[in-house]
Amino acid sequence: MMIQTTVNKVLDHPLNAWYVAAWDHEVTRTILARTIAGRPLAIYRTEDGRPVALADACWHRLAPLSLGKLVGKEDIQCPYHGIRYNSAGRCVSMPAQETINPSATVASFPVVERYRYLWVWLGDATLADPSTIPDMHQMTDPEWAGDGLTIYAPCNYQLVLDNLMDLTHEEFVHISSIGQDELSESDFVTSHTDTTVTVERWMLDIEPPPFWRKNMRDKFPGFEGRVDRWQIIHFEAPSTICIDVGVAKAGTGAPDGDRSQGVNGYVMNTITPETAKTCHYFWSFQRNYRLDSQLITTQLRSGVYNVFGEDEAMLTAQQAAIDANPDYEFYSLNIDAGGMWVRRIIERMLEAEGRLPAVPVAAG
Amino acid sequence: MASNAAEVWQDARVVETIPLTPRIRRIVLEPPLPIPVAPGSHVDVRVHIQHAIDRRSYSVVDASRDGTRVAISVFDSAASRGGAAFMHGLEPGDHVEITQPLLSFPLRIGAPRYLLLAGGIGITALAGMATTLSAVGADYRLVYAGRAREGMAYLDELSQQHGDRLETRISDEGSPLAVAELVATVDESTELYMCGPIRLMDAVRRAWIERELPLPNLRFETFGNSGWFEAQEFVVRIPAQGIEVAVQADQTMLEALEAAGADMMFDCRKGECGLCEVRILALDGVIDHRDVFYSRRQQNAATKMCCCVSRAVTSTDAAAATVAGSRPARVAIDVS
Repeated sequence: MMIQTTVNKVLDHPLNAWYVAAWDHEVTRTILARTIAGRPLAIYRTEDGRPVALADACWHRLAPLSLGKLVGKEDIQCPYHGIRYNSAGRCVSMPAQETINPSATVASFPVVERYRYLWVWLGDATLADPSTIPDMHQMTDPEWAGDGLTIYAPCNYQLVLDNLMDLTHEEFVHISSIGQDELSESDFVTSHTDTTVTVERWMLDIEPPPFWRKNMRDKFPGFEGRVDRWQIIHFEAPSTICIDVGVAKAGTGAPDGDRSQGVNGYVMNTITPETAKTCHYFWSFQRNYRLDSQLITTQLRSGVYNVFGEDEAMLTAQQAAIDANPDYEFYSLNIDAGGMWVRRIIERMLEAEGRLPAVPVAAG
Repeated sequence: MASNAAEVWQDARVVETIPLTPRIRRIVLEPPLPIPVAPGSHVDVRVHIQHAIDRRSYSVVDASRDGTRVAISVFDSAASRGGAAFMHGLEPGDHVEITQPLLSFPLRIGAPRYLLLAGGIGITALAGMATTLSAVGADYRLVYAGRAREGMAYLDELSQQHGDRLETRISDEGSPLAVAELVATVDESTELYMCGPIRLMDAVRRAWIERELPLPNLRFETFGNSGWFEAQEFVVRIPAQGIEVAVQADQTMLEALEAAGADMMFDCRKGECGLCEVRILALDGVIDHRDVFYSRRQQNAATKMCCCVSRAVTSTDAAAATVAGSRPARVAIDVS
């Protein structure tokens, strides 16, 4: 079946994909309960530091293992009847009997720790190739520094992807920090491959908005004047968006590749569906200047936290409006090209998994 | 994953049925609600035996990527209780009721080494696993044991598919399976998946324990239809309920008791869960424990049995037991 159009307001999530389940520091010898792509997980580390993600429901009566405790080197014990599982999800002890039922297992999902995140694969484990984890190397590359947080967003993950793929909303949602008129006035170029989408926008010879003036002054003390500003949005399926952002002194060659007279950041975003109407939005702001300044790391994280709070409020309201108007459809603008390519790619992934819902039939 | 989902019964069409050996037929089914089939899955089939309907589990040997075609293989053994005869009677175009593929024998991806061990028709549970391990480039061996080459299904296909990774052990050709030697080749990080007759699986289990290998790495599936002795008719009594019934050779004790009106508790019907446990009050004969619920110690004590799979036989000497005219074994039980 060829996809004729991309009309779904919100989308299901592919299962044959790596999703971030947690920050590295969240995975400890205390069990973390978190639902990822619709599947409740019990996440922990073994004594030798290996991360583990098990289905958070005991084989026996589905009691949540996350309410249990870690025992021995790598086992987890159900809080209800004491059934123990190892990190592969195999039952290693059963109460009140001398044998172990051979069927007694809970799913143990493939996990990879990379780029400061724990990635989990919930689909067909035979396809779980770690080389397909999206490139977020700025998270751990010594040339970059920064930190981030997690937003628990009460909306379908697709709405967050839409938000990040079209940054003209900054002009209206983020007036006090990064918004400026030139955003919606400037042209942009969209391109795509089978798994990626790129949207590139340059704003030349403009006044820097407050967030960027501050960053310029961190690198160039006392900086005054106009800048060339860029936003290059890199999407990698199914839900990672790394945005190359920055400004350089106007006319110093940034559009041609010389960014030496500017400051460069990478907004690292990876969105993990939780349910059809909620998602975990993991983000970080990485920079490649003043790497040793913890002050700047904290300032940037706080600044972006405030900016993203404005997005969160909008996304929450948007999901509520979608729910309240089930008979209304989406219409598209020219600025949605990036977001619509993202939707097209995700729909093809869902189609390949046999999970693309039929085009909804209009009410009446 | 355990039994992966609620059963979804559906009316599948038989599209192909071909003999693989004198007693094994390959049957290809088209379920109307296809789902991708994970290695280690089986389908349950409603089989018609005389005027009754029963269910049987058959491993999925191979399937199309989207699960629209699912192949099983059915062995009509001497001990068959009638299900195999029904299955062998199917023809293309017939319909049978089946579940979606159910997974109670999951293959874990990511182990450093694998040993797949098939005894006879047990190959049906392991062929799909071998295909998957080959596809992901895993380090695996497939050991396939049988009495005689002509009775071993899929030998040529497996040889082509797995090359040197396939090792055959064929009794008639002077190379029977030596369990202790095989288990001696296994290391701590190897996962062994096996399916076969109870004697084979028990021998592997004992060798495994003797070598102190990690028990969670020993994976097996049994449908509870393999015993230490040939099934024979025996008599079961529940004195407290005044029930006495003969258990036919092609019938389980649980089935006979249900037919006699006993209100029996059970769940898995394959000797795993222990819910069908009955207490043995008196025994004339010996118990053929076919379950994997009791430890060897508990089985030897012969005070309890899993009535869904285990049986009574007259003698531990199978030859003597089948002497015509010998009196059937008798067991008196109490139930929950």
